Amino acid sequence: MQLNENQIERYSRQILLPNIGGKGQERLLNAKVLIIGAGGLGSPCALYLGAAGVGTIGIVDSDSVELNNLQRQILHSSSTIGESKVKSGQERIQSINPDVKVVPHQLRLTSDNIMELIKDYEIVVDGSDNFPTRYLVNDACIFSQKPLVHGGILRYDGQSFTILPGESACFRCLFPEPPPPGSVPSCQQAGILGVVAGIIGTIQANEVLKYILQTGELLKNRLLIFNALKASFRSVSIPHNSHCPVCGDKPEITSLIDYELFCNTRGN
Amino acid sequence: MQIIVHIPTPLQKLTKNKEEVKATGTNIRELLSDLEKRYPGIRSRICDEEGNIRKFINVYVNDEDIRFHQEEETPIQPGDKVSIIPSIAGGNHAT
Repeated sequence: MQLNENQIERYSRQILLPNIGGKGQERLLNAKVLIIGAGGLGSPCALYLGAAGVGTIGIVDSDSVELNNLQRQILHSSSTIGESKVKSGQERIQSINPDVKVVPHQLRLTSDNIMELIKDYEIVVDGSDNFPTRYLVNDACIFSQKPLVHGGILRYDGQSFTILPGESACFRCLFPEPPPPGSVPSCQQAGILGVVAGIIGTIQANEVLKYILQTGELLKNRLLIFNALKASFRSVSIPHNSHCPVCGDKPEITSLIDYELFCNTRGN
Repeated sequence: MQIIVHIPTPLQKLTKNKEEVKATGTNIRELLSDLEKRYPGIRSRICDEEGNIRKFINVYVNDEDIRFHQEEETPIQPGDKVSIIPSIAGGNHAT
């Protein structure tokens, strides 16, 4: 693959960077990234990855754009209210960068469809907002050996880390079990400052770029915690748990389970 | 001896909206008992009926997860910072 003149101009400011260059840009253009959720986290992540020239971006979301999304979901706009989020996102990314192939997956992820969906991608970004999906995505990435970039946000707080299956701690190593329904509020109940989604989603994009470019250090075995009110970043260590039910020495779970049942959320 | 404890957002209702509080103890078990005295109701949010820390909440001494040390018996000393960090979902509602 050879960069054309237009691409050299478009990506000139990052091609200049010592760890990128023409080779790095070609890597980005050949990369395939799956973003789960075209919401608060997925929006900034998809925009930056698209602008940087990540060649194929899959976006999974089953929902349509609503007015109350626009305070933080910057992939969408007033003119796309009512459209599917994957379509709205596709139009926006391709208007920024026609080099990018955006693959819309308008569906709800389940144990039945996730393995088939993620197999075509090299890295997965979790921008979902519910525990069943988070554990489903974690387990599917462990079983498929796909790197996964986690992000979580609530009110003024955000968390992020990167999971390299077989090498670093997974989401279950960090939190073996989900909270009972209702014990941890959702953004819908407790609120979320748009910029918190922006900052954490952008950190997720940064992780993806480093992974594709094979440069720098990934946020592995370390949970990054951001607080907007204090403008503070801190991190805590996440050791790999040798008793982890999916990635420990003797895993008890070796195939996908019923995540609604696991999280006790069926019917809620 | 006073230890600074970082309280996560969902529990700040119990600490009069304070993100950082002071408590005393020589290990995490003592610290949680002292927190309960100062902020009644907080212990049952962090621990289950058997008194074990809930599995969707992690407690860190400085940046080390106590599950990989001596759990509730993990010793603490003045100057240590204890953080209580719950799992949060966040992001997009529809996926």
